[in-house]
Amino acid sequence: MIWKILLFVLMTFVSIAGISFPIVEKPSNWYEFPLIPGLGENAKIIFFHVPTAWLTVVAFFMSFIFSIKYLKQKNHEYDVKAYVANQLGIIFCILATLTGAIWAKFAWGAFWSWDPRQTSIFALLLIYGAWFALRSSIDSDEKRATLSSVYSIIAFFTVPFFIFIMPRIMTGLHPGSADDDNLGPVINFKMNENMQLIFFLSLTAFSLLYFWMWNLGYKSILIKEKLIKKFER
Amino acid sequence: MNEYSLEIKNLSKKFGRRQVFNNINLSINENTIFGISGANGSGKSTFMKIVAGVLTQDQGKVIHYINNTPINSEKLLNHIGFVSPYLVLYEEFTAEENLIIFSKIRGINYDVEYTKYLFNQLNLYKRRKEIIKTYSSGMKQRMKYIFALIHKPNLLLLDEPTSNLDSEGKSTVYSIVNSFSKEKIVIIASNEEQDLEFCKDILHLENYK
Amino acid sequence: MKMFSRAYNLFIKDLRSELRTRYAINALIMFILVAISVILFSIGNEKIPPQLTAGLYWVVIFFSAMSGLSRAFVSEEEKGTTLTLQLVANADIVFSGKLLFNLSLTFFINLIITFLYAAFFEDFVINNFSLFLITFFFGNIGLAISSTIIASIIAKAGAKGTLYPVLSFPILLPLILTCVQLTIFCFDGINIENSVYELAIVISYDIVMITISYLLFDFIWKE
Repeated sequence: MIWKILLFVLMTFVSIAGISFPIVEKPSNWYEFPLIPGLGENAKIIFFHVPTAWLTVVAFFMSFIFSIKYLKQKNHEYDVKAYVANQLGIIFCILATLTGAIWAKFAWGAFWSWDPRQTSIFALLLIYGAWFALRSSIDSDEKRATLSSVYSIIAFFTVPFFIFIMPRIMTGLHPGSADDDNLGPVINFKMNENMQLIFFLSLTAFSLLYFWMWNLGYKSILIKEKLIKKFER
Repeated sequence: MNEYSLEIKNLSKKFGRRQVFNNINLSINENTIFGISGANGSGKSTFMKIVAGVLTQDQGKVIHYINNTPINSEKLLNHIGFVSPYLVLYEEFTAEENLIIFSKIRGINYDVEYTKYLFNQLNLYKRRKEIIKTYSSGMKQRMKYIFALIHKPNLLLLDEPTSNLDSEGKSTVYSIVNSFSKEKIVIIASNEEQDLEFCKDILHLENYK
Repeated sequence: MKMFSRAYNLFIKDLRSELRTRYAINALIMFILVAISVILFSIGNEKIPPQLTAGLYWVVIFFSAMSGLSRAFVSEEEKGTTLTLQLVANADIVFSGKLLFNLSLTFFINLIITFLYAAFFEDFVINNFSLFLITFFFGNIGLAISSTIIASIIAKAGAKGTLYPVLSFPILLPLILTCVQLTIFCFDGINIENSVYELAIVISYDIVMITISYLLFDFIWKE
């Protein structure tokens, strides 16, 4: 209970701080953020975009691990855990894509320009969508779990290729692409300490949120299945 | 002589929430005709598929032995002859072509003389150059026996052995079963009393729910 | 060696079956003609940039693959002969045989597509032929491998036809993107030394995909 309240407080603080703290050239108060050239006001979206993008990758990785475990031991629990990870993964992927598109509109003028990182997050969205489409087309529980585990693993191995395609596409618009001297605000730490703090708090808050939801999700499915079994007798 | 035997330990299988069978333990040696009985839908075909190695069980083990050494699952296929209502041969090819293809894929030499012998035994020699599509259901059933025997297996798994057969076909099957079991193992899954008459021992699947 | 001959015979079986019935190949060739015609009609007399030509080239290749390469596994399921195949060959041999068939089919239809593009698209001029050959060779291999493993997955699901491109596209996307890039290089006459990075991506894609396909096919094949 106390953790839930703590998490709620944290998320609220992060959301408010992220959106409302002003960005000024020379921050003098603790609640002011520095101006990063090239980003301006839009920088604030970093508090929401990066954590959601990060978590969708974490979810994808978790699905991969549980898929391997399922194939090795055929334990139904692993399938449920992978399923919930994928559910959260697709939600965070949609959020990451949307926040990214909003940022793109303000920063580069267009919502979408097939920048390599945009393409990658879109590909991840397609993978999630395909995974759910596959699952809904199989009736038998065991077959569904086995085939979706296999697809999860195959998909995981193709994703790293996007990381290698990216650097070659020279005119990437994303902060941190080949022609951007900036290397991105996160790596360069052009953020001052306050901004960094809010950023890492946001990252932590979102991660806690994710793990809490995942925990709740898979346990409630398992309980539901147990109850159904009991009432069938 | 190659001695073949089969051991089944704690075999269980479930489909979704339905327990098909639970905790089957069995040991079968050479020179046996073993029966599996059960009503329609009781799990006979499921059991046979698991023994043949084409379906995975939930729990338990099926171990095939040759000269008391366990056979690797990779090498198992050519030791087993399988007949089942679910078995379908390639209808676009002739009977003879089917057998040649399967021998090549199995990686064994196609024995022309032995094939001729089997065709005659199952009364299909005259139709061997016709495509399976033109066969009647009784002929297809008899063809399945040639498919099951051509690679000279050590274990014959017959699921509903006499389905679609007339009395002549049935007696051919019974004579095959008898001569095969003299040196090897036959397992028959059926709910026909006549089929199960030959069996030394019978396992009733209803007892293993 | 014996394993290869067994897989090879499975491939021959599929080939002979296809030549005898010609279910798939006729439809596939018609599909290619229709697809290219649609594109040509849509373009009309407009001039399109070479990048677009390269993209459209691989689009037709992708959709032709989606039309033809699932047949390898789906036909066995539809005819009911999956069980028969399970009784005569283990997973490795089945995958090798089906892959061989899909490789042949891929190279065959993509040759046709390439000739048609060269004939009808004025911008389809290959200025670095050896680069194109390498791209064609390794790109088609990657296409065949991924298409085969995904075909084996959807063969066991419902809604096979529609699901096949849905599952295949994300998996093939890195390969297609890189091959489009390489095709543009071929048009521009860029030499091989400058394309090494992209070629490395394609070749490593092939290696990664074939490895995990063989490892995972066991789980798909055996129920």
